[in-house]
Amino acid sequence: MPPLVGVAPGVVTLKINGVDCSARDDQTVLEVAREQNIHIPTLCHLEGLESVGGCRLCLVEIQGMRGLVAACVTKVTEGMEVQTSTPQIEAYRKMIVQMLFTERNHVCSVCVSNGHCELQDLAVEMGITHVEIPYLFPKCELDASHPRFVLDHNRCVLCQRCVRVCDEIEGAHVWDNQGRGIHCRVVTGLDEPWITSDTCTSCGKCVHVCPTGALFEKGRSAGEMAKKAPQLPYLQNIRKGAARG
Amino acid sequence: MARTILIDNVTRIEGHGKITINLDDSGDVADARFHVTQFRGFEKFAQGRPFWEMPSLTARTCGICPVSHLVASAKACDELLAVRIPRVAADLRRVINLAQILQSHALSFFYLSSPDMVMGYDSDPARRHILGVAQDDPQLAADGVKLRSIGQKIIEILGGKRIHPAWVVPGGVNDPLSVDERDKILAMLPEGFEIMKRTLSWFKGAVGSFQEQIRTFGNFPSLFMSLVASGRLEARKGELALYEGWLRFTNENGEIVRDDVDPRRYDEVLGEAVEDSSYLKSPYYKPMGYPDGMYRVGPQARLNNIIGTGEPLSNVEFMEYREMYRDSLNSSFHNHHARLVEMLFCLEKIQHLLNSKHIMDKHCRALAEPNELEGVGVSEAPRGTLFHHYKIDENGIIQWVNMVIATGNNSLAMNRSVTQVAREYVKADRLQEGMLNRVEAVIRCYDPCLSCSTHAIGHMPLDITLLAPDGRVLDHLRRDA
Repeated sequence: MPPLVGVAPGVVTLKINGVDCSARDDQTVLEVAREQNIHIPTLCHLEGLESVGGCRLCLVEIQGMRGLVAACVTKVTEGMEVQTSTPQIEAYRKMIVQMLFTERNHVCSVCVSNGHCELQDLAVEMGITHVEIPYLFPKCELDASHPRFVLDHNRCVLCQRCVRVCDEIEGAHVWDNQGRGIHCRVVTGLDEPWITSDTCTSCGKCVHVCPTGALFEKGRSAGEMAKKAPQLPYLQNIRKGAARG
Repeated sequence: MARTILIDNVTRIEGHGKITINLDDSGDVADARFHVTQFRGFEKFAQGRPFWEMPSLTARTCGICPVSHLVASAKACDELLAVRIPRVAADLRRVINLAQILQSHALSFFYLSSPDMVMGYDSDPARRHILGVAQDDPQLAADGVKLRSIGQKIIEILGGKRIHPAWVVPGGVNDPLSVDERDKILAMLPEGFEIMKRTLSWFKGAVGSFQEQIRTFGNFPSLFMSLVASGRLEARKGELALYEGWLRFTNENGEIVRDDVDPRRYDEVLGEAVEDSSYLKSPYYKPMGYPDGMYRVGPQARLNNIIGTGEPLSNVEFMEYREMYRDSLNSSFHNHHARLVEMLFCLEKIQHLLNSKHIMDKHCRALAEPNELEGVGVSEAPRGTLFHHYKIDENGIIQWVNMVIATGNNSLAMNRSVTQVAREYVKADRLQEGMLNRVEAVIRCYDPCLSCSTHAIGHMPLDITLLAPDGRVLDHLRRDA
């Protein structure tokens, strides 16, 4: 569709699932879809953190573009036509969630986040009652060296929220990645026990942005770890305000 | 010619087991064994997990008695925290444990064992289940269903769900009781008392016809082990204690062999032997060695060990029970009657606890970091004394686990019982279903819980093969699922 004449600079119009929308041109497809109450599932995305398009659950189809793209990192353009749900997209999303379950050891029934877990919610939302691909059953360790928090690699989905919140909001950059592909792990410091990290402020943001039971407060039993996702946009604004003086 | 009879699976028990009966040349029973054919591995795969997870993790051992594991595990975790939990937390745990025993005993007595008692041990196996009972004695079957549902509903009200509630946690329970919840539970109890009155009256009337079973079902000398009240809390020393107490051992004459054993030091008096024929370990009383230190646990053992129940109605029933079986103290058949007495006790005790002043206290959890690296939790499960023993590192990660499951304690006694009944009934070279049902029925006296599954309606396949030493099939009986 050619650009409309007379539209103010920075504003675009597009269609999502056939619905006409207007948006700023610095917005992502995901942001615009949410403004329009069009649901796109996400896992690694969290408002207030830079998007990385890691989990690929927000895949959408855009007319004229090859393959599927991640809605959280794709900026809207004039005349764009987006489909958020097609049989192919739904099949891919289901496969992604199943692969997340098989890659680590997610035992919901005894998990601290049972009933409060975004991965579990996604499985319910997508009607995944069985996993069709073989489980890998990797042997994963726990790091319970921190006096208040525990890291359980068995439940980690590598969404990188902990890495990003610690870097972008807290400014401590305790967390990072080690290894590639299936061997990738989030690590504290240079893959040292959490307690030895000199930069960790024990603020707990990593714990509360974690979508699963991979990071939790010590002393929590099954189903007791309800996360209170911090108001990250608010925190970011405070930070920007402070920087401006 | 020596032969082997195989009963695989044993029906109307919880889990999977089989029985082999070896016949000697003259066709008499030489030996019989009860094999538990499943392996679970909880003690191994719990290693490396945070101990706060243990109550819920170990509760998955079983779908019939998850609450018993929750309670024993949470008590072991209390030891790791080194805290004294709030009184209301202990009492609420008592209530859910009593509800657990109530529903499990109802399952055992009404669903699994009453078909034999109502219809007879030789009756048609196609009808010999709870639905058959419902046709022959509708009131009894309905009572069983209702009583079990009362126990399950209490668990649901307290824990949020009937199976595997996560309410019992290290340090106490994670939610106090509300007035509404208390009143709902109290309103269910009167019907339970009525059912118990009817059932006890029926059983005491019928027990005269079970003299043969009393004589032959696990009737041999052994020790009996259970917790009894230590006398330090509200109960008198030696009274029925299902949540906490000290270990007592009595002998075949009802005399106390050992008393006041701190259950935390169970490993000083109990050893665990491993036998090639079963995945079930065989605990024994250490001072008498293996296998002479055979002991029994469960409802009968508890009633053999106590001086009274501490609650008025069940105490009267207990006294009558004690008087009725003064001369047959050792018969495992009495477990059925003992279950009825305990169910009445559970109802009374729940009522008693819920009417106490402090039961509505809001502070129901003690919070602490791990302060001890080793903890033992012991409670009475429906089937007997249950031990959870954990060791952790300084960060609270489980390093080592030992669980002595209630059913396991009876391992040696169940083998002895199977042999006794087989010798009594299995003699001919032609198999009859009824005689093998008696071999299974003696196992049902112990209500063994071999896994988290229940096969309550008698629809498990029963496959019995009579083999010659050279492997020839001499006879074969099959009951299809």
